Amino acid sequence: MNALFQAWGVRKTFGEFVAVNDVEMTLEKGVLTSIIGPNGAGKTTLINLFTGKLPCDSGRLDFDGTEITGLAPHQRVRLGVSRSFQITNVFQQMTVAENLQLPVLARLGRAGRPFARPDRDPDVRGEVESLLADIGLGKARDVRAKALPHGDQRLLEIGMAIACRPRLCFLDEPCSGMNPGERAQVQELVRKLTKMRDVTFVIVEHDMDVVFALSDRVIVMHQGNVLTEGNPDAIRNDARVKEIYLGEEVGA
Amino acid sequence: MDGWTTLTKTRLETRLALAAGAALAVALLAIPLFGDYVIWLTANMLILALFAVGFNLLFSFTGLLSFGQAAYFAIGGYVCAKILLAVPSLLLGIVGGLLAAGVAALIIGFLCVRHTEIYFAMLTLAFGMMVHSIIWKWRSVTGGDDGLVGVPRAPLEIPGVLSVDMADLDRYYYFVLVLVSLGIYAIWRVVRSPLGLTLQSIRDSESRVTFSGLSVRKYRLIAFTIAGLASGLAGALMVPLGRSASPAIANWTFSAEPVIATLLGGAFTFAGPIVGAFLFYIIKEIVVIFTGYWMMTLGIIVVALVLGFRGGVVSVVQRHLLPLLARRRNDTGERR
Amino acid sequence: MTFDALVYQGLIGVSLAMYLWLLAAGLTIAFGVLGVVNFAHGSLYMLGGYFAFTYYLTLEINFWLSLLLAALSGAAIGSIMERFFLRYIYHLDLAYQILLTFGFVLIFADAARIFWGGIPLIPPMPEVFDSTVRIVGRPFPVYNLFVIFVGIAASALLWLLLDKTSWGETVRASASDREMAGALGVNIPRLFTVVFSFAAMLAAFSGALGTPVRAMTPGIGTSVIIDVFIVTVIGGLGNLPGAFVGALIIGLMKAYGVLLFPDADLFMTYLIMALVLLFRPKGLLGGR
Repeated sequence: MNALFQAWGVRKTFGEFVAVNDVEMTLEKGVLTSIIGPNGAGKTTLINLFTGKLPCDSGRLDFDGTEITGLAPHQRVRLGVSRSFQITNVFQQMTVAENLQLPVLARLGRAGRPFARPDRDPDVRGEVESLLADIGLGKARDVRAKALPHGDQRLLEIGMAIACRPRLCFLDEPCSGMNPGERAQVQELVRKLTKMRDVTFVIVEHDMDVVFALSDRVIVMHQGNVLTEGNPDAIRNDARVKEIYLGEEVGA
Repeated sequence: MDGWTTLTKTRLETRLALAAGAALAVALLAIPLFGDYVIWLTANMLILALFAVGFNLLFSFTGLLSFGQAAYFAIGGYVCAKILLAVPSLLLGIVGGLLAAGVAALIIGFLCVRHTEIYFAMLTLAFGMMVHSIIWKWRSVTGGDDGLVGVPRAPLEIPGVLSVDMADLDRYYYFVLVLVSLGIYAIWRVVRSPLGLTLQSIRDSESRVTFSGLSVRKYRLIAFTIAGLASGLAGALMVPLGRSASPAIANWTFSAEPVIATLLGGAFTFAGPIVGAFLFYIIKEIVVIFTGYWMMTLGIIVVALVLGFRGGVVSVVQRHLLPLLARRRNDTGERR
Repeated sequence: MTFDALVYQGLIGVSLAMYLWLLAAGLTIAFGVLGVVNFAHGSLYMLGGYFAFTYYLTLEINFWLSLLLAALSGAAIGSIMERFFLRYIYHLDLAYQILLTFGFVLIFADAARIFWGGIPLIPPMPEVFDSTVRIVGRPFPVYNLFVIFVGIAASALLWLLLDKTSWGETVRASASDREMAGALGVNIPRLFTVVFSFAAMLAAFSGALGTPVRAMTPGIGTSVIIDVFIVTVIGGLGNLPGAFVGALIIGLMKAYGVLLFPDADLFMTYLIMALVLLFRPKGLLGGR
């Protein structure tokens, strides 16, 4: 039992609308967690709050024993919390390799060097190559991100998230817009990365096959609250969960 | 966004760029053969080129439109003037102006980079005009609306190493050429460096940069300071040229010159502002021969550029001339 | 400063504020509805002033009619700017709108030189206003009182227009949600032209209003725009009541500044703007 990330009393409202309502959550190291829930449950808002994209109205966030509630997003990334975005957020005008250069440079503390050459730095090159190999985009290294097919863009998105060597990585709907073959690819990738790079993934996903195939633990959200949590089988058979997904298929 | 300066160019483009660069270098070195007027004109073009390249680092590579760059140009110029009026050392004057502008940019930039877009543009405008009003009113120090005159074009002296007299316009022109080239080269290196990559990334996707672990605000400030240094150097170089400093160089309408030059030449390329600076002066000089109304001409050109040619002259060349000349690398990295 | 001077300068300040208010109202409305910041707004003020000169002095038209015609001329120019130029770049970066309108600043500055020459035009005071009134024991120009009156009347009319008419409702709806308004059947392109022309009209009217007291030069466009920006920013970009408050603050600051710190009065206005932007970027009354 190793609490990597803890949240207490986290709340966020937009005017009158309560997006996240006094959520308490513990994320453990090495436990691949999925957060599921119908649209509007507050999942993406929660990720935004955890990663610092939005400030909490109230509540406390701890990462690995350190309080991070007031920290800016880039500071959280430096501590080891990263994320991928639901809508692909990569540098469209740059090539795949150039995209990965930036987080690597940032991690090495070399992003501010005014006169070096990033492509001539062996450390940077080495890490970029290793990332390309891991996400399987080695052949596409000189392709501009905007020219990539959708599935490859999502892979690059994940690549960007792990390039900063996070210990905790939130993936916001990594499989969105993908065909079954691509989804299998993502599953494989997440499993591989969990093992090889010692990352704890927390995934927000709608695709139940992926959720139940990958997760060690599932948290269900509904209307800004945590409804329940447990291992995949327990969740799959939970009547309340089925109810809130009225009409949606909850796994096999 | 139109165009993008990438680190990968077609071979033809690189060859052309080198050829053009060589031709340009020869032309610039030969300028003093053409008499004082041409020398003076070219020196001004070079100074504007440096000014514009600095502005473009901020605008195209970081995505910040500043209408207040004249403030740093003026600070560089006036500090240089004050130093030269006290101590006849060109080196001290230039370095002093450069540093003063850099410090000013650091301070003002710190206050401005917390905001973006329209608020940023307005803040830079406000601070720019604040500097202008200080210069205008502080007669005892800056000469007020009369400016500072009789600024000596002091000799370039490094004790024990060299002593070059600058009274000759030719000599001073070469000095300007060397320093402008160094300044532009320095910014070129920055653009190709990790820092440059970071700045360009900020323009592409701020949130992605943040979530790569970098403080966008800090890098904006760095870009702002570099632009300020470039502006300050340009200003410091201009003062000994005409041997005077006037408050006009602090006015926001002067801030518009690098903006227009950049737009004219092509905003999203490195060479654009340089090309634009030369064109700016050529247009101004030609128009003045026929009518006095160069402002209106420039205004019409600006409107036309914004409506139809946002990539400026360089993009017209890239898009229409180059494909006629050779094959290109397309987006997937293959040769056609 | 004595109480008398306080009141006297205060009134001067309020009359100054009225010019700024008309300008700022136009800029704010244009920004609120179109999302455009018009750098040429000050140039429209200048053109309004020049037109008024021509109508009143050269063509010897009645003063009131001259004011009206000048305002309408400004509206016409504004509509051309919007319809044939601005309309094509709404989808682009804000920077391009700024650049385009700046191009017009250059064009208008030289246009003024071409048509009216570069020398300042001397203010002609209409006879009906050519007198003073005793306020706190000193002679106060009647025209300044007239300007204050016009400013208040304009505010009332503006409020009526925006709050009580269906056109006003359409404008306010479009300002808060353009897409929704379009979906509800509002002819957005035409509305934009009308609103922009209306803003231009206010600017030109402000310039025309100033002709009896202020010499007109082609350079006035570029200095006035700075003042308007300051006023708008202090009040909050897009906030109409805020623009009124901002105009009052700056107008009073200019009037008192001339007495209290004559060398730093310009500097003070920029400083205020910078301070507001630093600590309350949404303006004193909030904005967009």
